[in-house]
Amino acid sequence: MFRFALSRLALIVPTFIGVSIVAFAFIRLLPGDPIMLLAGERGMSAERYAELQAEMGFDRPIVAQYFDYLLGLFQGDLGTSIVTKRPVLEEFFTLFPATIELAFCAIVLATTIGIPLGVLAAVKRGSWIDQTVMGTALVGYSMPIFWWGLLLIILFSGTLGWTPVSGRISLMYFFPPVTGFMLIDSLLSGQEGAFTSALSHLILPTVVLATIPLAVIARQTRSAMLEVLGEDYVRTARSKGLSPRRVIGLHALRNAMIPVITTVGLQVGVLLAGAILTETIFSWPGIGKWMVDSVFRRDYAVVQGGLLLIAIIIMFVNLIVDMLYGLINPRIRH
Amino acid sequence: MPILDIQNLSVTFETSSGPFKAVDGITLSVDSGEILSIVGESGSGKSVSMLALMGLLPWTATITADRMQFAGQNLATMSARQRRKIIGKDISMIFQEPMSSLNPCFTVGFQIGETLRQHLGMDRKARRARTIELLDLVGIPAPEDRLSTFPHQLSGGMSQRVMIAMALACKPKLLIADEPTTALDVTIQAQILDLLVRLQKETDMGLILITHDMGVVAETAERVQVQYAGQKVEEQHVKALFRDPHHPYTAALLAALPERARGRDRLPSIPGVVPGPSDRPPACLFEPRCTFATDLCRQTVKRQDEALGQALCNYPLVAGRPQNHPSQSHATDETRKELT
Repeated sequence: MFRFALSRLALIVPTFIGVSIVAFAFIRLLPGDPIMLLAGERGMSAERYAELQAEMGFDRPIVAQYFDYLLGLFQGDLGTSIVTKRPVLEEFFTLFPATIELAFCAIVLATTIGIPLGVLAAVKRGSWIDQTVMGTALVGYSMPIFWWGLLLIILFSGTLGWTPVSGRISLMYFFPPVTGFMLIDSLLSGQEGAFTSALSHLILPTVVLATIPLAVIARQTRSAMLEVLGEDYVRTARSKGLSPRRVIGLHALRNAMIPVITTVGLQVGVLLAGAILTETIFSWPGIGKWMVDSVFRRDYAVVQGGLLLIAIIIMFVNLIVDMLYGLINPRIRH
Repeated sequence: MPILDIQNLSVTFETSSGPFKAVDGITLSVDSGEILSIVGESGSGKSVSMLALMGLLPWTATITADRMQFAGQNLATMSARQRRKIIGKDISMIFQEPMSSLNPCFTVGFQIGETLRQHLGMDRKARRARTIELLDLVGIPAPEDRLSTFPHQLSGGMSQRVMIAMALACKPKLLIADEPTTALDVTIQAQILDLLVRLQKETDMGLILITHDMGVVAETAERVQVQYAGQKVEEQHVKALFRDPHHPYTAALLAALPERARGRDRLPSIPGVVPGPSDRPPACLFEPRCTFATDLCRQTVKRQDEALGQALCNYPLVAGRPQNHPSQSHATDETRKELT
């Protein structure tokens, strides 16, 4: 297991360098000039432009700029935002907890509902339960997220007035961030109603973000379960006189989880990379929204640094998934 | 009194193209300490009738029986919950594909121990001791080290031994072995059969051995029941069956044994296939493939008495000659040529 993890870690180094090149090149391929965008409609003089270019190092040859960047990376310096003048890493760590909090809640919702629904649909194959679950899953999977989010806001925030429209917590509450996770911080602050407020802000974004993963997980669980239920070892388990609950919930589900874990892992990676649409709709201050804003501002340092960090997160999540896979599937481990 | 007594068992599957009768009025009984062999080619309903007995068929199957008694209890009328107290404990079953019959996610020790916990409520320590004992019983070397082994680390023969250990865990009164050696190497087949017979003798349980291999029957069985297309076509003691088969199907099966083919280029075979749901003959199901078939066989078929092995045939064979056959002299010469 240790060797397995180590060999996976070794693969990360070349991937890391590859991603750094792609991220560096990608933002520079976009038309537009960060300095001109900073200047706005008034523009600026040629002297001032050259001065700023030299200050940010944009006057040097492109290859030299890359190696400057790479040198900084190995010293743990991802550069400074052109717009806010704050270090990229610092901005990232300020915003990342918001994304984690949302992604975590969404994936918990998607798995705790998606897996049982998938199992139920498979066990009751062909029944109205199966048809309903799979029909709903197809609708959820095909739902345009920005539209779905707006519909929910109109109904629950507008008409019914049950949930807030956007943000992470009501403006009535203020406390310094300790962990960066609003649910935990609001509890730590000890302010009355803060936790409920944070929770009610989290509900709609979580539902919207969980919709597609939930549909994917339910469908995947159903198909994996259907396949496993026809296996010889399930018949063996039943021939031992075990209860249907144990046959399905232990003997079949354990095997059906192998492909589902992969799917969940991929979804976790995607969600942690920032839910661009959901964060934008609900003004959720996470890294998805941060990346989009930075692309529009041509904030070179933030985009290339952010992409790199997201790539690292995804690689890290995949590593964990691979190891979990080995835990649940003995054929990989040995 | 037999330990298992089944009268007129039928199983019908609801398929998209209408109902299909996979088992058609099977009657069988097994005494404790006896080996009954059920023989027939693929699709003859051997496994299905046993799965019906175990309650392991999917819900698309309709099971009817005049009687389905095990050790005095009526299996036909009991609830699924009651039946689960019997299967795995008093009746257990091993299957054709040992490699895929063990759950790849759990260790050998866990899978055997699970049965012990389910039926005997043993604690962890007792389970471990009994599992080691069982693995030793089925001839697995270093049983203690095998407890934490996963199925993919075992060979086919070893897997089947584990399956047997699992089946024997609660000292069953009846063991059903569904083609236990079909998927194994020839050298391993004999070992597994010897093991099954030895354990059967030691524990005095009843053993139902399902097979399509006449060689296996000859080596192990005491009583043989031949099935064709879901029907019992003949039942005899093994020696008598090999010496003088009464049903043309049994005779044809025996004639197809490589050991019995002398000086021939090609082995004799039975033309055609087992009838499916769409081409089921009206009376005798073997009629389209039978060399002795007459118009009578397309109208009715008669069950012969015990002396003729309960053969389901209008013209049962005696010493290879069909009795009361209309064109006896003519047909017999031709078919004798066919069969020898």
